[in-house]
Amino acid sequence: MKIIVCVKQVPDTSGKVAVNPDGTLNRASMQTITNPDDMNAVEAALKMKDATGCKVIVVTMGPPPAAGMLRELMAMGADEGVLVSAREFGGSDTYATSQILAAAIDTIGVEKDDIVMCGRQAIDGDTAQVGPQIAEKLGLPQVTYAADIQKDGSTVTVKRMLEDGYMTIKAQTPCLLTCIKELNNPRYMSIGGIYATYNKPLETFDYEKLKDHRLIDATTIGLKGSPTNIFKSFTPPQKGAGMMLEGADKATCEQLAGILAKKHII
Amino acid sequence: MSNFNSADIAAFKDVWVFCEQREGKLMPTDFELISKGRDLANELGVNVCGLLLGGKGIESAAKELGGYGADKVYVCEDEKLAVYNTDAYAKVICDVIEELKPEAFLIGATNIGRDLAPRCAARLHTGLCADCTHLDIDVANYIQFLRESSTLDVDGQKWDMEDRNLKMTRPAFGGHLMATIICPRFRPCMATVRPGVMKKNAFDQAKADACVIEKPAFTLSDADIHTEVTEVVKAAKKLVDLIGADFIVSVGRGISKDVEGGIKLAEELAAELGGVVGGSRATIDSGWLSADHQVGQTGKTVHPKVYIALGISGAIQHKAGMQDSECIIAVNKNDTAPIFEIADYGICGDLFKVTPMLTEAIRAAKAAK
Repeated sequence: MKIIVCVKQVPDTSGKVAVNPDGTLNRASMQTITNPDDMNAVEAALKMKDATGCKVIVVTMGPPPAAGMLRELMAMGADEGVLVSAREFGGSDTYATSQILAAAIDTIGVEKDDIVMCGRQAIDGDTAQVGPQIAEKLGLPQVTYAADIQKDGSTVTVKRMLEDGYMTIKAQTPCLLTCIKELNNPRYMSIGGIYATYNKPLETFDYEKLKDHRLIDATTIGLKGSPTNIFKSFTPPQKGAGMMLEGADKATCEQLAGILAKKHII
Repeated sequence: MSNFNSADIAAFKDVWVFCEQREGKLMPTDFELISKGRDLANELGVNVCGLLLGGKGIESAAKELGGYGADKVYVCEDEKLAVYNTDAYAKVICDVIEELKPEAFLIGATNIGRDLAPRCAARLHTGLCADCTHLDIDVANYIQFLRESSTLDVDGQKWDMEDRNLKMTRPAFGGHLMATIICPRFRPCMATVRPGVMKKNAFDQAKADACVIEKPAFTLSDADIHTEVTEVVKAAKKLVDLIGADFIVSVGRGISKDVEGGIKLAEELAAELGGVVGGSRATIDSGWLSADHQVGQTGKTVHPKVYIALGISGAIQHKAGMQDSECIIAVNKNDTAPIFEIADYGICGDLFKVTPMLTEAIRAAKAAK
């Protein structure tokens, strides 16, 4: 049994976000972190490893520096890392990304007893699309928004959150789960883990390695192969210092409610 | 598979809306999306159609969608569709889309819509844009939107006024950036749309009566379904869900003169907004609220649509947990309270007087809509 966890290195949008004059993100000036929901997926996998001794492989698609993130996750306890990185993969939208990641996961090999895990969504795009799209491309059942995961033999029982409650869903392995922060609290790297991480295998899957896979087609990957394109990108008008409303009476409250209604907030 | 080819753009027509139901009841997003879909269909000169899946008898819910603008509702009834299941829904929806070929397909960005839409887009080989907050077909309308909502120099750019692509606008990077996405080479063009953003039309009974119901053929067997939903649990009284809340009304030390009264006022305002009550660290440390209500560095980090801070000074540790809220409203007696530095709207006054008036004004504004 093994667990393959898909992770993404993202700019830390919780701090200062720098935007170039042309409306694109100034990534160079921003700190990068491992996407928070992905950390919950890694922790869920490591908990299963603690319980069963299964193998945990972390996979990411990104530029070469993303290897550093994989080393950190291996210092937490993951056994192997796979960096999917090639110029041909750049500019991929979620559809193209999921095809490439699915090809990488299929190359690693998904067996009867395995689970693929992802974070629910990444904080840069907030799409929550790559997990389900990988599942479709691999023909795996999916359960998203997992807040609790129990595995008993080949049956995985998941508490799947809804806005107004939850569902309990049973799936058979192999399957794909997307994880939310309610699932657990990710552990820290350990000193021993940091020592061990540089002796663990970290492989790079480049275009050469994946190009003959059935899912990799030059017309459906990368910027050119992506079904969606960015038509325009722009910054919202600068948020002003805010507006102090005059008075603290009925008229003030009505003015505020009117603003909220006009903006379709209420 | 049939003769389906997502790249054969000319073969696709009509705007479709996935109409989500839970326990046989339509969701509010269905009406919002039908209303928006109506506008888009008018610009394209086509029909807007609902796609409603459910158990036996769900057809009876379909006509109501016509009242918000649907020309037609495609209804797929099967006991296996009574409760949402990814495999069953994706199978039926993709089969029907491959047969009937809509050019645009809108889905509410609920926890279910965001599970379903990417699965379908991947199967249909088409583009999907997540969590849209604005949709346009007509370029002139889009330009007008940019004038109001962006810092772009729209007059300095060349525009193809005949462009008929769906222009799907969404926030990225935590709302620091907006992007407009198109899907020029494949159909249907798919979008999930953030609940509560699109404005719903006034209900029109005559249109509801005129709405056409059609039952497209589909097949669905147990072999198509690989997961089993063993229970659906509605949240009863439970831990407060600050993370998932669209509206949060938080209280701080300002309620100290009447703790119970202050919390009650916050609860009434939250109830009017369909939101929840949070609190600063002071309220939790003092035992006024339980720990699951805490917003801030040591509590939860939230980014609701609206965060209302009542009697909260705005210490850094509190701001860290809520400053990314889309809209911040602060009520505080002290006009130099740091909370006003990050508030979109501030009222300097006594929360015990202002809060009930605000609740009433919001109730009136909603009723007037």
